[in-house]
Amino acid sequence: MRGDQINLQNIVARSASITPSPQVRQGGVEQVTKLIDVSVCIGCKACQVACMEWNNTRDEVGHCHGVYDNPIDLTAESFEVMRFSEYENEEGDLEWLIRKDNCMHCAEPGCLKACPAPGAIVQYANGIVDFNSEHCIGCGYCRAGCPFDIPRYSERDNKAYKCTLCSDRVYHGLEPACVKTCPTSAIMFGTREDMLDYGAHRVEHLKGRGYENAGIYNPAGVGGTHVVYVLQHADKPEIYSGLAKDPQISPAVEAWKGITKPIMSAVLGASVLAGFFHYVTKGPKEEPEDDPDPENAGRAREIDRHDGEDRP
Amino acid sequence: MTNHWVDIRNANVILSMGGNSAEAHPVGFRWVMHAKERNNAILISVDPRYNRTTAVADVHAWLRTGTDIVWLGGLINYLIETGRFHHEYVRAYTDASHLVEEGFGFDDGLFVGYDPETRTYDKTNWNYQKDEQGFVVTDPTLEHPRCVFQLMRQHYSRYTVDMVEQVCGMPRKKVLQIWDLIAQTSAPDKTMTILYALGWTQHTIGSQIIRTGAMVQLLLGNMGMPGGGVNALRGHSNIQGLTDIGLLSNLLTGYMGLPAAELQRYEDYMKVRTKQPLLPGEVSYWKHYDRFFISLMKDWYGDLATAENDWLYDWLPKLSQPLYDVLYAINQAAKGEMTGTICQGFNILASFPHKDKVLEGLSKLKYFVIMDPLEVETGEFWKNYGEYNPVDPATIGTEVFRLPTTCFAEDDGSITNSSRWLQWHVKAAPGPGESQTDMAILAGLMMRLKKLYQDEGGAFPDPILNLTWNYTNPWHPESEALAKEANGRALRDITDETGKVIKRAGELLDDFSQLRADGSTACGCWIYTGSFTEAGNMMARRDNADPYGVGTTLGWAWAWPANRRLMYNRASARPDGTPWASNKAYIWWNGERWIGADVPDYPIFTPPSAGVGPFIVTQTGTGHFFASEQLNDGPFPEHYEPMESPIDRNPLHPDNPLAFHNPIVRVFPSDRDHFGTNDEFPYAATTYRLTEHFHFWTTHALLNAIVQPEKFIEIGEVLAAELGIAQGERVRVTSKRGLIEAVAVVTKRMVPLQVDGRTVHQIGIPLHYGFKGVARPAHLTNSLTPFVGDGNTQTPEFKSFLVNVEKL
Repeated sequence: MRGDQINLQNIVARSASITPSPQVRQGGVEQVTKLIDVSVCIGCKACQVACMEWNNTRDEVGHCHGVYDNPIDLTAESFEVMRFSEYENEEGDLEWLIRKDNCMHCAEPGCLKACPAPGAIVQYANGIVDFNSEHCIGCGYCRAGCPFDIPRYSERDNKAYKCTLCSDRVYHGLEPACVKTCPTSAIMFGTREDMLDYGAHRVEHLKGRGYENAGIYNPAGVGGTHVVYVLQHADKPEIYSGLAKDPQISPAVEAWKGITKPIMSAVLGASVLAGFFHYVTKGPKEEPEDDPDPENAGRAREIDRHDGEDRP
Repeated sequence: MTNHWVDIRNANVILSMGGNSAEAHPVGFRWVMHAKERNNAILISVDPRYNRTTAVADVHAWLRTGTDIVWLGGLINYLIETGRFHHEYVRAYTDASHLVEEGFGFDDGLFVGYDPETRTYDKTNWNYQKDEQGFVVTDPTLEHPRCVFQLMRQHYSRYTVDMVEQVCGMPRKKVLQIWDLIAQTSAPDKTMTILYALGWTQHTIGSQIIRTGAMVQLLLGNMGMPGGGVNALRGHSNIQGLTDIGLLSNLLTGYMGLPAAELQRYEDYMKVRTKQPLLPGEVSYWKHYDRFFISLMKDWYGDLATAENDWLYDWLPKLSQPLYDVLYAINQAAKGEMTGTICQGFNILASFPHKDKVLEGLSKLKYFVIMDPLEVETGEFWKNYGEYNPVDPATIGTEVFRLPTTCFAEDDGSITNSSRWLQWHVKAAPGPGESQTDMAILAGLMMRLKKLYQDEGGAFPDPILNLTWNYTNPWHPESEALAKEANGRALRDITDETGKVIKRAGELLDDFSQLRADGSTACGCWIYTGSFTEAGNMMARRDNADPYGVGTTLGWAWAWPANRRLMYNRASARPDGTPWASNKAYIWWNGERWIGADVPDYPIFTPPSAGVGPFIVTQTGTGHFFASEQLNDGPFPEHYEPMESPIDRNPLHPDNPLAFHNPIVRVFPSDRDHFGTNDEFPYAATTYRLTEHFHFWTTHALLNAIVQPEKFIEIGEVLAAELGIAQGERVRVTSKRGLIEAVAVVTKRMVPLQVDGRTVHQIGIPLHYGFKGVARPAHLTNSLTPFVGDGNTQTPEFKSFLVNVEKL
């Protein structure tokens, strides 16, 4: 992986912005893809842990909900979760289908289209769809616009979060943290071409083992995705804990993008201006050392404390 | 492991049984996935639960917990009766042709020699017939009615498919489907590997389950073959090292044994331990016992140990009990017959069965020392943690000392993995706070004991006062110094048979063939000789070159014995020295010597024509179907029901109550009142680990707690519906010994089994979670488990017991 694959100049799409992307730097950037081979995954959750470690997030110690899934759903601090589903196939045999659920990095990202905050969501030339949190206004439209229901809103800082495909690692020529840690090589990372080739080889292998409907999940409705799955039953993606069969960006988002957004952006712009005048007239807001919410502050301190203690 | 982790990728069939390799060994499991990808290998998962390994398996079958011998014994019967075994291998490389003494026999579930009073066997007749020269009598046609092959055939003729279906609860169609897949590996160009773990070990018949697996592999000709073997996936990163270095109460280093009390004389001890060949010309490596033992005594006592004083044999403790295992220790403590205990890296309250009994034992001690990097439950057994540890500290007089230790990354040293590889690691960070290395703590203890003996004398000070202790800093021996000591060195110049000096005095030894029985060598652990030589620290090597492309990287770390990666590898070649199959070529005779991908497990210049057997550690050079007197419960494995069984008889011996459970089970009289019956506790329970956790450690780590926060049990949908338990509801699980409460994971992955005319439901209980750490507090799982052990290893029966379940 070369560093220039996420050169910050190589943004090809930017939310709520009519400013054209830079055009001069051309070529040299290959599209990347993460491949998740469900047939090789043992659901060990090492990827979940690596994700939290790299991104320095610590979700809550929750509860068991009567399933192996934990945390039970994506959160602003869990950018990925493993979803376990018990499926009885046509022959009556049980299959335990374990799917790593995270941002699919769509070629046509619904979140980016829905986002009203200029530059809060960007798409790089290599295909990664990234959230620039400093621009996020916490409206939650990205989640509404996502056909996979991925982004999550944080109560702590009123911003939305999701998997970045470790854009910071990829920028430095490293694979995403989940890929590096996967013990069975169920998660692979490389150029889009290589990954689709490898996926095709795996599909052939699975067909040879009797999975007639094995296939690559790379849905056309969102222009293809930069995270693809190898599925034993690609004809029924919904059996993998409700993976969307034919994901599309909601028509409302398309409409919003086409017509409403410039207007809404103007409204938002007005509120930003109002804030500016407020600042000028009343002075800066006092930034407390800790979160004003005592519970959040306590938790933040707890997390800091554990950072030091979390020895193997 | 007879083979090693990477070698799994050479297998054509992988039998995962008595273990859940994907769950407990996710990193090593990559080699299973490689085998599937490279060889189109078939992964078979046989387990009481559909588990994480099953999720990627090709074939799967549910089995009632504790019935593995029936299933494997049935497989032996199937292989023999269908003729689908490796005929040439069995004839040439196993004891199938050896005749057994006339006095040996088996009747209605018991072998000859059983004494119901002492619950032991007189094993005198459990042996091969010998001729006047003392050599074993054989019949190469395998037709003699007293040959091992025919006796084995007869023994397992009772293990029919119907019996397997009836006892294990596995439909015959499924049984036959799997046996057929396995039988295909009797072909010389196909191998099966068996991956097992504590799911085989932790039964009252655990040793014999493992032996049955080994017999299957001998029949199929899969021992000594790449992609074959019987592979124990060790549950702790260094537990292989623990047994290697002899940290069991009845062991010396390198699997030498501590003498029993009746062996007061050195000659008697050596006579018992030294194993001479039982067939002409065989190697019988334990014939060199004196070299290993004397070198150990020279390491411990230096110049003081001489031939004249029997190398100070008198200074060794002699066992008055067969062994002072943990069950024995806890029992003694509970009886009030133990003064104090040191627990080093051992969370005994959480890890041993019948928590209430362990608690009782600890509470009766005068003092208790816990050495651990974490604040584990055991160190606070005296403290009230509400319902999870409802004790009254005022009633406990034990004085408790906590000595915080460093963890593995905070010290230099080696870790011996399942593959028998000693891998050196370098200190990465200093330990926190007041922690000290285990070595520093034990050295400090030694120095103080020595001083006490010097100042005040004692009943028997000599072994302590004279122990060799030549470390630069006697209060903190260096890891490298200890590693060199384990390797061994020459004390005088040593010569080969031609008189040529091969090692100068003081030099580190290259391999255990250089050990001497004349006191000229010192060696702390003979199987580790070669790990730290004059050429340097072999354990620190990191060359992963694999010149033969079979996954054998002789330059990566160092494996015992002799850097050999695949045990019994001579058996990978035909008797004439050529490989059984070109795709399984591993070592072979090149006309002058044995060569190939590995260090030959054989004298390298002995030609095939000499006919020396490939199993050079046995006295006959052959692989043994017949265990002679090596195991306490019989030369052929026989099925006995778990101590707590969901059925009321042993279907193999319905009318003999003595053969219901293992006749030599390790049980203390006071524990007999603490076994439940299936009227009161109708469900068969088993315990296990989860990927997200390592025992009771990682519940102290926030990340692990996040991904699996709370104690749960697994219960099948059918039983849950009967009991009105819904997904995620809380339940109480009780056994005769205690209770736990947990969340119910209601699953299709556990199903009712039809066993001996009744329906048996199984309950899965992860062993993790306690009242310390950052995960949600919970009752210790071992509140439930029975205080009973295997009659050979004393390993507790964590894997099969009875419980009841109710909705809270």
